[in-house]
Amino acid sequence: MNKQYFETIDETLYEKKLDNGLRVCLLPKPELTKTYGVFMTNYGSVDQSFVPIGQTEAVTVPDGIAHFLEHKLFEKEDRDVFADFTKQAASPNAFTSFTETAYLFSATSNIEKNVLTLIDFVQDPYFSEQSVEKEKGIIAQEINMYDDQPDWRLFMGTNKALFHNHPVHIDIAGTVDSIYTITKDDLYTCYHTFYHPENMILFVTGNFDPEQMMRLISENQEKKSFDKLEGIQRQFPEEPDHVKEKNLIINMPVSIPKVSVGIKESHQQLQGDAYLKRDLLIDMVLDYFFSTGGEFYQRLYDEDLIDNSFFFESNLQTSFGYVAIGSNTNQPELFSQRVQEMLLSTGNMEISEAAFERMKKKKMGQLLRAMNSLEFIANQFAALSFKNVNLLDIVPFIQKLTVQDINAFLNTWIEEDRLAACTIQNQTVEK
Amino acid sequence: MGVKEIKKTENDIQFHMLPNKKHKTLTFAVKFRAPLARETITKRALLPYILKQGTASFPTRKELQQELAELYGSVLSIGGSKKGETHILTFYLEVPNEKFLPDSDSLIERAIKLLYEIVYKPNQENQAFSQRVFEREKEILRQNIHSVKDDKASYANIRLVDEMCAEEAYSIHAQGYEKDLSTFSNQDLFSYYENLREEDGMDIYVSGDFDIEQMMALLTAQFKRSGKKKETEPVNKGTAKQTGAKELIEEDQIQQAKLNIGYRTNIFYRDEKYPALQVFNGLFGGFPSSKLFINVREKNSLAYYAVSRVESHKGLLFVMSGIAPADYEKALTIIREQLEAMKNGDFTEEALEETKLLIINQLKETLDHTQGIIEFMYQQVVGHKEITVDELFASIQEVTKEQVIEVAKQVQEDMVYLLTSEGGEAHE
Repeated sequence: MNKQYFETIDETLYEKKLDNGLRVCLLPKPELTKTYGVFMTNYGSVDQSFVPIGQTEAVTVPDGIAHFLEHKLFEKEDRDVFADFTKQAASPNAFTSFTETAYLFSATSNIEKNVLTLIDFVQDPYFSEQSVEKEKGIIAQEINMYDDQPDWRLFMGTNKALFHNHPVHIDIAGTVDSIYTITKDDLYTCYHTFYHPENMILFVTGNFDPEQMMRLISENQEKKSFDKLEGIQRQFPEEPDHVKEKNLIINMPVSIPKVSVGIKESHQQLQGDAYLKRDLLIDMVLDYFFSTGGEFYQRLYDEDLIDNSFFFESNLQTSFGYVAIGSNTNQPELFSQRVQEMLLSTGNMEISEAAFERMKKKKMGQLLRAMNSLEFIANQFAALSFKNVNLLDIVPFIQKLTVQDINAFLNTWIEEDRLAACTIQNQTVEK
Repeated sequence: MGVKEIKKTENDIQFHMLPNKKHKTLTFAVKFRAPLARETITKRALLPYILKQGTASFPTRKELQQELAELYGSVLSIGGSKKGETHILTFYLEVPNEKFLPDSDSLIERAIKLLYEIVYKPNQENQAFSQRVFEREKEILRQNIHSVKDDKASYANIRLVDEMCAEEAYSIHAQGYEKDLSTFSNQDLFSYYENLREEDGMDIYVSGDFDIEQMMALLTAQFKRSGKKKETEPVNKGTAKQTGAKELIEEDQIQQAKLNIGYRTNIFYRDEKYPALQVFNGLFGGFPSSKLFINVREKNSLAYYAVSRVESHKGLLFVMSGIAPADYEKALTIIREQLEAMKNGDFTEEALEETKLLIINQLKETLDHTQGIIEFMYQQVVGHKEITVDELFASIQEVTKEQVIEVAKQVQEDMVYLLTSEGGEAHE
C-alpha cells in the first residue's frame, strides 16, 4: 500500500492497485463523523459503440443504456440493495453522467460492512426480463420529468446545436422510445465490459482505519475472479470542428425566454497535465470574464440582458468538451449576439500579471472550499483519475501557472464556427 | 461526538461560536428574523438582491467581487427564507482558513470587516440605495417571481400552500409579490432596512477552526446595536380549525403530473412528540426504504419520486410525487393507504429501529457540513427549544412504536393538489 502526504492541503492518501486491476484509494478524515464511499466506472452515456469483452467486432447499444444499467444494479433476485444499506444505517445513491457511472453511500456507522455491501452489489449483477420490463415505466417517468424542465432542455439543446454526431448530444437517460428497446442481454454485454475492475476505482474518505480497510477490500477482491480485459476499444463517430446549428430554437411554455451560447471545444484527447492545464485555464478565463465581478458580466448586466439566473459552465472530457453561457432574458437574440462578440474579442485581449495573481488566489480558495465536502473529494478524485490527474496535486499546480500560459490560451481559444446558441421560448413571442 | 456551542449576548446581538476542526474554511453567518407579513415580505425579498451589488468602499459588484477574490475566493451569499411563519434574512461569508494559504496574514480580520460593511454600509446615495441598482434589481426580482412557474415541482408546492393555508401567514411567498414592488420607494426600502437591523432578532454564527476569545473580540468590535429592540419575537403556531379534505386540480403544459398533499400534524419543533413525528415521517416517506417510495414507485411503477417532508415550525407535513397524469386516482389511493397503514401500526419493530438510525445518520451528516451546523443550531432559535445534539439523538432512540402510531393518528389530510397535463387526462 502506498502512503502519500499532501502538504498544501494537509491530507494523507493511501492507495493500492489490486491484482485484478482495481484501484483503491483511501483518504481518512478522523475529525469527521461521516464516511463517504464511491465506486466508479469509466463508463457513461457516450460509450455506446465498443468492442465487448472477449469479442472482436464492435457493437452499438441503445441510447440511455448506461443509466438504465445503473438503475438495475440495485435490484437483485431476492431483494433491493437499498434495503441492505438501510439496515446498516447508510444512505446509498448512484448517478450517471456522459462519461462516468458511480455508486455511492454515506454512513456514520457500520463503515466496513457498508463498503463491502457497495462493492458486492456492484460486482453481482442480476438482470431478468421481467425486472428490465418493470424498470421501463419508472425511467420513462424520469425522462418525462426532465423534459418538463426548461433548464434541462436548454442544457441538452445547447449540446444538440454544437454536436453533429458525438453522443454527447443525446440525453443521458435516452428517450422513451430508445429505452423500450433495451434487453437484459444488452445490459450484460455493457456490464461485463465496463464494470471490469481494471476500468473502475473505489474511493473511500471519512472516519475509518486505512490499514484495516485496505486489508478488508483486498480480501474481498481476492475471492472473486474476472475475465482478462485487454483494454477497452471505444468508438466515436467522426465529429466536424464546426457546430451543427448556429441557432437552435426550442418551443415550450416558459414565462421568460432562456438562452445559452455554447462553445465547442476541440477534441484533442487530452490526458494528465495537458488536460488539467486546459481544464483549469478554461475555468479561470470564464470566471474572470463572466463571474459577477467580471467585465463581461458587468456589461451584460448594464445592458439589462441578464438576471440572477445567469450561469456559465464548462465540461472538458477526453472525447469532447463544451462551454455554455446562459441566462433567462427578454432579449435572447441580443444576449446571444453580445456574448458571441465578447468571446470573439478575447483573442486580442491580454490579462495582466496582477489580475492573474488574483485569479489564482480565487481558484485555490475555491478548491479548498470545495474540499470541505467528502463527496466532492471522492467524486472528483475518481473522475479525474480516469484522465490521469490527481485532484490532490491541483493546488500546487495552480501556483505554478503563469500569465504567459493564460494569455497563450486566450489568443487561440475562440473560433467563430465553434460557437452556437440555443433558445427556449414560447411558440408565439409576446411583443 | 457532540457539537460545542458557546453563546454570548453582547451589543444586543446573540453570538454563537461553533469551534470545530472539520473544515478548511471559516464560515460566518449573520441572521435577522421577523414575523412573516405581507406588508414587509417584498421589501425583505428585494434586499438581498441589492445588498449583493456593492458596499460603501466597494460600490460596484465588480469591486466587491475583486475584494472577495483577494480574500482567496471567499464566497458571499445573501438570501431570504421562511421557517414556519418567521422570515429570515441570512448573510453567509465563507473564508478559506489562513493555515492552508501562503501570505494570508490578517485574512480573518479583513473578512470580518468586509462582512460588517456588507451588512451595515451598503452603497448609498443620501438616505437611499443607488437608484440605478434599486430599479435594476426590482426588475430582476420581478422576472424571478414570474419564472417560479417554470419549475413545476416547486410551483406545485407553492400552489398547494396558497390554497391550503390561504388564511394563514404561512402562505406568504418568500420571494415577494409583483404588485407590491410598486408600493414602496427606494427611500422607504432603505429606511426599512435601517429599522430591520435594529429591530429584528439578530444572531451571528462562526463555524470552523478558530480561537474563541480572539474571534469574539474581533466581532464585537464591529457589530454593535443600541438595544432598542421591539417585542416582535414571532411565535409560530399551527391552526385549530378543522378544514376537512379539499381537492384542487389545475392544468399546465406538462408531461409529468405533480401530485402533492398537505397534512396538519400540529406538532412543532419544541414539542415532546417531535422526535416521534420525525420517525413517523422516516417510515412514511422520508427515505428510499419508506412506504411511499416502496409502494408508489417500486411496487407499482407509478412515480419517479414520492416523498414526504415535515414542516417543523407550522405543524405541517407534505407529500410530493411526480406521476403519469392518467395514474392520479390510483396514486392517490395508494398514498392514502400508506397513511392508514401507519395509523394501524402496520410496520415492524425492525423497520422502526432502522429508521431511527437513518435519521441519526442524516443528522450527523448535516453536522459535518459547515452551513449544516449553523442551520441546525439556528433551528433551535426559531423553534424556541434548546437541546444538545446528544439529547436529540437520545430522544429519537427512545421513540416507541406506540408513539409513532399516536402521531400517525394525529396527521390529518387537509388538501390534495394536482398539477396535470392539459385535457383532463386525470380522470381517464
